[in-house]
Amino acid sequence: MPESLISARGLTKKYGDFTAVDAIDFDVAKGESFGLLGPNGAGKSTTMRIIAATSQRSSGTISILGRDPEEHGPQIRAHLGVVPQQDNLDGELTVSENLFIYGRYFGLSKKFIRNKIEELLDFAQLQDKRDAKVEALSGGMKRRLTIARALVSEPDILMLDEPTTGLDPQARHILWDRLFRLKETGVTLVITTHFMDEAEQLCDRLVVMDKGKIMAEGSPLELIKQYSTKEVLEVRFGSDRNKEVAPILREMCSRIEELPDRILMYVEDGEALLEAITAKKLHPTTSLVRRSSLEDVFLRLTGRSLIE
Amino acid sequence: MNSGIDVAKVRARGAAYVAEARIAQMMKWKGIIAIVAIGNPLFYLVAIGIGIGVLVNENSGTSGTGGVEYITFIAPALLASAALTGALDEAMFPVMEGFKWRKLFYAINSTPINPGQIVLGVFIGAIARVVFTVVCYWALLIAFGVVTVSQSWDVIPVTIFAAGAFAAVIMGVTASVKNEDYFMTVLNRMIIMPMFLFSGTFFPLSTMPIFLQPIGWISPLWHATELGRYFSYGYSISGIMLLVHFSYLIVMMIIGFKLANKKFAERLAK
Amino acid sequence: MKSAVEIAEARANRWGHQLYAGRARAILERAFIALRSSTWVPIVTGFIEPVLYLLAFGYGMGELIGDVDSGRGTVDYAVFIAPGLLATSAMNGAIYDSTWNVFFKLNESKLYKGMLATPLGPLDVALGEITWALLRGLSYAIAFLAITAPLGLVPGVSAILAIPAAVFIAFGFASFGMAITSYFKTYQQMGMINIVLLPMFLFSGSLYPISVYPDWLEFLIQLFPSWHGIELVRDLWFGYWDSGTLLHLGYFCVMIVTGLYFTTRRLRNLFMR
Repeated sequence: MPESLISARGLTKKYGDFTAVDAIDFDVAKGESFGLLGPNGAGKSTTMRIIAATSQRSSGTISILGRDPEEHGPQIRAHLGVVPQQDNLDGELTVSENLFIYGRYFGLSKKFIRNKIEELLDFAQLQDKRDAKVEALSGGMKRRLTIARALVSEPDILMLDEPTTGLDPQARHILWDRLFRLKETGVTLVITTHFMDEAEQLCDRLVVMDKGKIMAEGSPLELIKQYSTKEVLEVRFGSDRNKEVAPILREMCSRIEELPDRILMYVEDGEALLEAITAKKLHPTTSLVRRSSLEDVFLRLTGRSLIE
Repeated sequence: MNSGIDVAKVRARGAAYVAEARIAQMMKWKGIIAIVAIGNPLFYLVAIGIGIGVLVNENSGTSGTGGVEYITFIAPALLASAALTGALDEAMFPVMEGFKWRKLFYAINSTPINPGQIVLGVFIGAIARVVFTVVCYWALLIAFGVVTVSQSWDVIPVTIFAAGAFAAVIMGVTASVKNEDYFMTVLNRMIIMPMFLFSGTFFPLSTMPIFLQPIGWISPLWHATELGRYFSYGYSISGIMLLVHFSYLIVMMIIGFKLANKKFAERLAK
Repeated sequence: MKSAVEIAEARANRWGHQLYAGRARAILERAFIALRSSTWVPIVTGFIEPVLYLLAFGYGMGELIGDVDSGRGTVDYAVFIAPGLLATSAMNGAIYDSTWNVFFKLNESKLYKGMLATPLGPLDVALGEITWALLRGLSYAIAFLAITAPLGLVPGVSAILAIPAAVFIAFGFASFGMAITSYFKTYQQMGMINIVLLPMFLFSGSLYPISVYPDWLEFLIQLFPSWHGIELVRDLWFGYWDSGTLLHLGYFCVMIVTGLYFTTRRLRNLFMR
């Protein structure tokens, strides 16, 4: 068992009668990329805030680098780089000033930060924007700047809350590439996301959260293996006919999911199943055979889709 | 397909819908608007009207204020400045909110409502606030016995009209400002504050050094104040000056609307 | 070169290290960088308000009023209001900085959230912001004196003491303002601040002596902090000392201590929502 950087047992957070995080257990090992996957409101951001020592738990224990955030908040925060869901860059400052002053918040020397800024601007691909105001940046640039800012103190753990929500596909890929590079340098990543492709791309290991509870834990591959089949056949017969044919399809495979617009069939060999369906003269309007994804795992665990 | 939306009706009443939305928005602030509408005149009348009135009376009697008590002299001016301040609030904030903060105007513009109707709707909303402010203020003046009903009722429409002219200009100017960082602060300190202080509100403009008087001449508040004095207590103004005051405010309103219509159309077309 | 972790560890066992990382100056540093980059417009134009009031009331109103009894001798009206306006602008500036400004950075721009994700504590932020507000007030007071002296409105050298007095009363209002902001959650509640301030300032004797009022109203006004602030600055402006001056000083000492007490107690509510 590798050294555990973060360790939570029975971690709970209540707001009045509402339980946002409900007695969860997890461990994050040094150098790994750990994901919290779940829909909005699953309790991911709250968990992140507790780890970041900016929110107090209601009960349970948590230790970060062997310390309790309630006792040693400032010391723990010195190890962390935090990238919040909503960018909170300093709108009154330029790009390089944002990096500079953030380093000063950690008490770092001016000389150290000045050198660091060059490295970070390169990393975030913002060299030509160094004197621009934050306002003038695109969404993707702002997010890269927020990540660069979180790295100014050379943190051991980088916390990313929904890092690519609201970004266009190109900006997402640039960002993922940057995060890969970080991982290679040995930084531990803690990521929340409600995008399954993001979780598959970035996370070595993840927990699936829903309604404040952890539903499953493992690597993306393990989770898929455990909770889903090798392939998925998606068929559509049109909104009205889907209901009619569902009982027939149910006879043909051990697990099917009826979604409002399509039917998912979980099998080892999708093509063979499709042929069998066609042989019964049930002609779907569209059909697709694909690999199982975390979306299917989530559907299996909660009976709901990740993005409603 | 019949969605139940009568496009012709929306087109015809667009401005009314926008005004309705503006007034609904103001209702979130109704407590504060009401306290300001009543508290403002009350505090200013008691503090400045009576407080400074005592000093003025001890020193120069009514000679400096054209033969009327100091409180009578400043009452129509305070009425005008409250009306213009109310107009400023409801003309400036909605425009910033509409284009920048919440981008509401873009949403409205994607319905059959056109930019000109948005301008008119916001304007009507501002006038609603002004009417409320002016009526409250006037009622207080009556209660204080500063003016009489029969002599001063016509100050109400005149002051509302002046505040409308100001609202139109503010809408036009606000819509013209792309980068509103500090626009409010600068507008407040460099335009509104001098306007409030140098428009003959607290003392006749003519007692100011001559180099400061032009601030008053271009200020809508001075024109509104002079008209307010004429209509509330029979302050004497020549026919020509009456014409000048009215014309100035009318021209201001026309320019304001033209500018607002143009800028709204430009920004919404983007 | 010390790393962020070493710097934080150095304070690990100190009393209050959860609240204060000993780096309020980082917040101050941010304010200076922001000043250079963008906030200079509102800050540089900030001193203009009392000057405009002085021009309008001192010269326009002065024509109608002539001389007034300041309680420290009869003086020209413009001389009477100058210290009142200095005090008023110091207090208003401090109130704005500690209420609306804090509220905005907290709820709208989420600036404090970013700061507090670092080892900084809420006390660093509060002290840094208050110090910045006071430095700003200090420079306005100096500018005001520099403008009024050549106009012949400053009665003597002792008026220089009005500068620290202005900063002192600003401190009182800033610490109190932050405490109040810690209880407010909506813009409507914040709007109430302005409503309370208007009568407080209109009645507190910056533009005329409150002796024009009946005794009961005069007594009521003497409870306001704004009246004590204006009187304190006016005393020092005229180089005038008596037991009243001490009373004003005492009033602000109490205000500063109470304000700081509540602000500190509510720091977590204030900055860690």
